[in-house]
Amino acid sequence: MTDASMPTATGTPERKVKSLTEIDARTAKRNAAEKRFKLYGMAAVVTGLLFLVMLVTAILTNGLPAFKRAVVEVEFTLTQDQFDAAESKLLKTAEYNTLFITALSETLRERGIDREFDAAAVDRLLGSVGGTIRAFYRENPDQIDQPVAFELAASSRVDRYLKGTFGRDDVTEEGNRFFINADFDLVDDMRDAGLIRSAFNWVFLTGVDTGVDNPGGAGIGASVLGSFLMMFVVLILALPIGVAASIYLEEFAPKNRFTDLIEVNISNLAAVPSIVFGILGLAVFIQFMHLPQSAPLVGGLVLTLMTLPTIIISTRASLKAVPPSIRGAALGIGASKMQTVFHHVLPLAMPGILTGTIIGLAQALGETAPLLLIGMVGFVARYPDSFVGGLEGPNSAMPAQIYNWAARSDAVFTEKAWGGIIVLLVFLLAMNLVAILLRRKFERRW
Amino acid sequence: MPILWLTVIVLALAALGYVIGRRRALASGDGRIRNLHSLPSYYGSYVAMMTGVPAISLMLLWLLAQPFWVNSAVLADLPVSAVADGSSSSLVMSDVRRLADGLDRAVAQGVMTEADIDAMGSDLSGIRTRLGNVGVALGSDVSTDILTSAQDYRTKAATGRLVMSILVLAVAIVGFGWAYQRTHKDFRARNVVERGIRYVLIAAACIAILTTIGIVLSLVFNAIAFFRVYPASDFFFSLTWSPSFGGGSELGILPLLWGTFYISIIALLVAVPIGLFSAIYLAEYAGPKVRGVAKPLLEVLAGIPTIVYGLFALLTVGPFLLGIFGPDGVGWMQAGTAVITAGLVMGIMLIPFVSSLSDDIINAVPQALRDGSYGLGATKSETIRQVILPAALPGIVGAILLAASRAIGETMIVVLGAGAAARLDLNPFEAMTTVTAKIVSQLTGDADFSSPEALVAFALGMTLFIVTLGLNVFALYIVRKYREQYE
Repeated sequence: MTDASMPTATGTPERKVKSLTEIDARTAKRNAAEKRFKLYGMAAVVTGLLFLVMLVTAILTNGLPAFKRAVVEVEFTLTQDQFDAAESKLLKTAEYNTLFITALSETLRERGIDREFDAAAVDRLLGSVGGTIRAFYRENPDQIDQPVAFELAASSRVDRYLKGTFGRDDVTEEGNRFFINADFDLVDDMRDAGLIRSAFNWVFLTGVDTGVDNPGGAGIGASVLGSFLMMFVVLILALPIGVAASIYLEEFAPKNRFTDLIEVNISNLAAVPSIVFGILGLAVFIQFMHLPQSAPLVGGLVLTLMTLPTIIISTRASLKAVPPSIRGAALGIGASKMQTVFHHVLPLAMPGILTGTIIGLAQALGETAPLLLIGMVGFVARYPDSFVGGLEGPNSAMPAQIYNWAARSDAVFTEKAWGGIIVLLVFLLAMNLVAILLRRKFERRW
Repeated sequence: MPILWLTVIVLALAALGYVIGRRRALASGDGRIRNLHSLPSYYGSYVAMMTGVPAISLMLLWLLAQPFWVNSAVLADLPVSAVADGSSSSLVMSDVRRLADGLDRAVAQGVMTEADIDAMGSDLSGIRTRLGNVGVALGSDVSTDILTSAQDYRTKAATGRLVMSILVLAVAIVGFGWAYQRTHKDFRARNVVERGIRYVLIAAACIAILTTIGIVLSLVFNAIAFFRVYPASDFFFSLTWSPSFGGGSELGILPLLWGTFYISIIALLVAVPIGLFSAIYLAEYAGPKVRGVAKPLLEVLAGIPTIVYGLFALLTVGPFLLGIFGPDGVGWMQAGTAVITAGLVMGIMLIPFVSSLSDDIINAVPQALRDGSYGLGATKSETIRQVILPAALPGIVGAILLAASRAIGETMIVVLGAGAAARLDLNPFEAMTTVTAKIVSQLTGDADFSSPEALVAFALGMTLFIVTLGLNVFALYIVRKYREQYE
């Protein structure tokens, strides 16, 4: 206010332009700088979002093919005589193979395509067809003498040929035992005849890991189960411990050195690199306590210790958000401190606590590095036989399985790794959605 | 599953205690609640607590302590001849433990009987395959000494279990009886139960301390073991990293530290400008609608697991950069995995860390500072550059330091994207490796845990822990100090 009353004549620089509506060079420069600065900001946001778009595009374009696979559909009729004749032979599956080849070439001929091919070609394109057919008829003898439409999974190379990631340039003239050049013509013929079509790859979702000789049959099912077992351990340990610790720190702890020590510890643990928790798990749970290696139980314990700080921090925030008047009212009508907390504060804070817990679980679900150290990257080719056996026995987890596939050189496994990422992200998305919905539905403004 | 059964029995006793304790308290008050000191459920809880808590705690402690006792007892009885040349007693003990576990499992699955094992005495040829059938892989053939020790181990373990079961049940019953006898209408059950709950809460809070102690101890003990077999001066000052599991490794940390810092610096060069400008734009310029969409979308980048970024680096960014800088392009790059690949992808991951924290901090700058600046005729960008950023600087530095600590501790991106060669080089298109990547590679092999090649991972881990801890403590200190300034 004093400035306004002072004489303004001295000290003000001479303005070249007298009118306020005209913009002088300096103002124009300043305005341009202003615009530039704003543009930088927008560019930064757009760049960030662009990175997100690129990431999502890369995941979807590379991963979605993993959910599809080529199947060959052939209608096939087996007579009782043929069945008896084949069962009496020494090489039974070879007999079924021959029958299948006859049926396939007949189907092709019906659709106007005449092509010679041998059992080895069928083996390369479709795998062991004879075994599949024999197993089917032995299970369902009533289907004999009736036309049955077989849906046979094509080999991974056929699959990749049809998806466009494998072509004639990739094999030499004489080829190898997996694929020769003539096979492309046969696949083309079958495609023209409408025998090959694309189907949803259930095996990818339900199957187990496979060796390098059968990359097409690898699935993520067993490691999804391993991840679930770990999340179960994390949930039953981290939620009660985290809530108990938060209640103590937020509602009961006196202000003293010991409490400070705990607080400092929690905030530091939240920032310790995850790999250090892996070292802790290896040294304490496996070397020291001799718990089984590669077990979801140990993975769950390590992830529990890792997510506890997250859960404690979010739980304390929700406890703090409950207004003191609630506590005052409960204490005022004679509740003890413990009753106040457990009967009134905790139920009101519960939605927030659950939201924080789900977010902590989602974080634990995607964690890979600690699992590598406790040996959860091994080759696991079967489902556990029981719940306890699943906890103690070796298993993998989704991110570890993805890492495992990414480290193999075969392009089919790379595709599986991207597909596995889609599965993992779907789980994470679902968990975060639940957390958001919980927050929306139960959030209270006091 | 005797432990499961034991737990179930103790819990059942506790549940019974709840019902009986409640009833006895009510009866002592002539069936009227107003005659009691506490609500009847507290008397029940008291009996249940006294039955269950000491018994279960004893069981957990026993389960933790028993392996040590059995181990040392068996080790003391281990014949000298069982330890072959070039082996150590700890290796033999792990063989013994594995064999004992295998035999236990075989017996549990009914593949063998105790009599079978005793009869095996001298003929040990089939034991490996038979145990292989139940899913226990033995490293080497079994010698008589080891079988004897394994049987010794099993007897001692079984005895320990038996004693534990008896003791745990005894403690549960004594607790039950004592609590039951004290249950009376004048007994202040609520106070006692609440004190008990309080101790449980304190114990839960102490797990954070125990975790830290566990981390420090596991790092320190193994690092000391490493420095005993490998000179510390070589570890900290040698310029070569070339582990070979045959022996004669050179394990200098400097190339790894250089790789770590180089990649982190590139990551920060990507993340800090983008993150900071995004934060400024979102906090100062963007309307509520843009902010409501862009901020959560940017934060999605922080929620994506690092394995996804690792794969993105290995299979998308690496080949893309190779196309530009590789032999077909400029010719600077030999392979897709390089410092620049890992740094770029890590930078993308760190954008939301920088932007969210900076956003909070910019929002915390008091509106009065802005109003003052506008009042003097400054434009928005001048206000931001000359008033808001200087005021928020300490907080932003803290945010950057937190992002740096995140970058140093990041594992999956560098394992998949940075390559495996440890070298001291300035070329960002070369493959380099980091402390975290080497921890993974040294501990995931089949190396034996007492070799320097495996133990070095713990010394690396300790270095990593100390560096990130220092950065975090410093960053939190700055951020906290800054916050207090405007509160």
